[in-house]
Amino acid sequence: MLLALVIFLPALLGALAWLMRDLRQQLWLLVGTASAHLALTASFWLFRPSSVGFFLSLDALGLLFLSLMSALFLAASIYSVSYLRAHAEDDVAIDRYVPFLLWFLAAMTLVTVTQHLALMWAAVEATTLASAPLIYFHRRRAALEAAWKYLLICSVGIALALLGTFFLGIAASAVEPTPPLVLGALAASGKSLALPWLKAAFVLAIVGYGTKMGLAPLHTWLPDAHSQAPSPVSALLSGALLNCALLGILRFYQVCTAAGADAFARTLLLTLGFVSLGVAAALIVGQRDYKRLLAYSSVENMGIIAAGIGVGGAATFGAMLHAVNHSLTKAGLFFLAGNLLQTYGTTRAAEVRGAARRLPMTGALLVLAMLAIGGSPPFGPFVSEYLIFVKAFEANGWLGGLFAALLAIAFLGMAGVLLPMAQGKPADDGQKPEREPLSSIAPSLALLAAVLVLGVWIPPFLSDLLKQAAGLLGG
Amino acid sequence: MTAYADLILLAVLLLGVYVLATSRLGAAIRAVAVQGGLLALLPITLAARTSWDALLHVGLLSLGTLLLKAVIIPGLLLRTMRTANVRREVEPFISLHTSVLIGAVMVGVAFWMGSVLTLPRPAPATLLVPVALATLLLGFLVIVSRRKAITQVLGYLMLENGIYVFGQCLARDMPFVVELGILLDVLVGVFVMGIAIHHISREFDNIDTDELSTLRD
Repeated sequence: MLLALVIFLPALLGALAWLMRDLRQQLWLLVGTASAHLALTASFWLFRPSSVGFFLSLDALGLLFLSLMSALFLAASIYSVSYLRAHAEDDVAIDRYVPFLLWFLAAMTLVTVTQHLALMWAAVEATTLASAPLIYFHRRRAALEAAWKYLLICSVGIALALLGTFFLGIAASAVEPTPPLVLGALAASGKSLALPWLKAAFVLAIVGYGTKMGLAPLHTWLPDAHSQAPSPVSALLSGALLNCALLGILRFYQVCTAAGADAFARTLLLTLGFVSLGVAAALIVGQRDYKRLLAYSSVENMGIIAAGIGVGGAATFGAMLHAVNHSLTKAGLFFLAGNLLQTYGTTRAAEVRGAARRLPMTGALLVLAMLAIGGSPPFGPFVSEYLIFVKAFEANGWLGGLFAALLAIAFLGMAGVLLPMAQGKPADDGQKPEREPLSSIAPSLALLAAVLVLGVWIPPFLSDLLKQAAGLLGG
Repeated sequence: MTAYADLILLAVLLLGVYVLATSRLGAAIRAVAVQGGLLALLPITLAARTSWDALLHVGLLSLGTLLLKAVIIPGLLLRTMRTANVRREVEPFISLHTSVLIGAVMVGVAFWMGSVLTLPRPAPATLLVPVALATLLLGFLVIVSRRKAITQVLGYLMLENGIYVFGQCLARDMPFVVELGILLDVLVGVFVMGIAIHHISREFDNIDTDELSTLRD
């Protein structure tokens, strides 16, 4: 029943927040719910909750993504406090923010705690619907355009994933008695599933959920949505939602592995992973908008994860670790971008100069986070990218070389945009450093500290879970 | 009963082509509503079940489909059309003749694919797979070839209808809760899109998605 609680808690409190009119109360509710959600999730590490029917059950993969999401959500909630207070006077949908954010959490939670593939589909679609109003938080034309693109492109993509889910059902109908669309039952049928339908199902799933995950060439909504959404929402879209879509693909991958179609599935993942890496690297270089830059960096990192799973073997562990590293770092970066946006009032990189002097903490953290996401030691992403690189290189020298080259291009591109923003010469020299509220700095500071720790030492409880998760994916 | 099923499927297909051919928005919305109503009958004609439990399941699902796909969603769209002050023409990027021609080719492709794809278990009605694929493709065509946001939603609904038809191949194995969840997702999706359209029409004076092209690199 605990699994049901962790979904219904944010869903019901979201409804409560809808009725509240006072922003202070709403914010207390938000942070309180986020803390309770995280506490519940943490308790799952000690006692794995029992399944509810065949609808809800939690395995290592689910727990990994659930924990990641829950931690990021708390960080985003705390950051939202200063963000919303700063925007309280603007023309924004302020009293709708907290309810939709909580419903967004509920939908994402459902994605991670179910192994029923049709129910998971419904949950992924629900994440789109809960987050679209959040993207249109700032009542601007551009935000509306971004929200519309997000709604339509993701809904159509997700519709294809539903067709893929039905194809999976057809593949299962070759088995007598037909297993339900639950991961365990499908995997147990293994090789007796109808293989052509299974392969077609995987293709549809990778296209459908891949749209939502931001795999190129289906990523077109992502830079728009990330650049227009409020920064805490961008952080959640990038750090938590993309992982949920990834989980959708991984569930299909698990069925493919059980049916002996894993080589086919890995080739597809590898190809799309490298396409994403290439497209993102090309668009990062010379990018003028720093929030779009971060969005393209997400496309790049999703490519790295897909490629890591595609390489297979020990690289699967690397891919899981990279999912953790990317989420933590990217969320931190979006919070920092939010601070810059509030001070400078623009997302154009060329107009932000000398942030290290005007916002000392934000500027310093920005440089560190940029180094981290670019994959330089001693931060976590270096370790995970290195693990994937080594395995890719062992599999095929050219592949490894291409991987390293694309990462290097993306790193230089990011540095070329972000460093002048932090360092550079401020437009107005006489400006004093501005006050930076604790709740706008603490979340990114905590996340970056975690990324730093992961770069030098992976705690045993985490590496155990990562190994279990990779084991589920045949790694 | 499966003879009726094929008849219904044929009508679903023709309505799909009609949406491509018509120039009036209201007519297109009503055609999709009728399509939804026909889809609600589909599980009943395909039901070869004897137990009361199963009959109840089918009945409830049909009722739910009828309410959502034939009444509530088209109603929402018609209301949006009125309140958002949408011009009543469809306004395609390509001419109606061309889109009907492309649609015809797509129907041909769908029937060819339907004959090539062999289901592990025979489909409950002969036309089920080809009509599902055809409706899906026609939905795609409507999404990419029409200028208005509201017509794109209509295309999305046709796409969903195609997938719904396909779902009948495995109605046996899909639990009720999930079917209802999927219907609900579609409803809320259209609702949210409707609100977005309302805002778009207020911001831009019309709901051409041409206007929605300022965000780029």
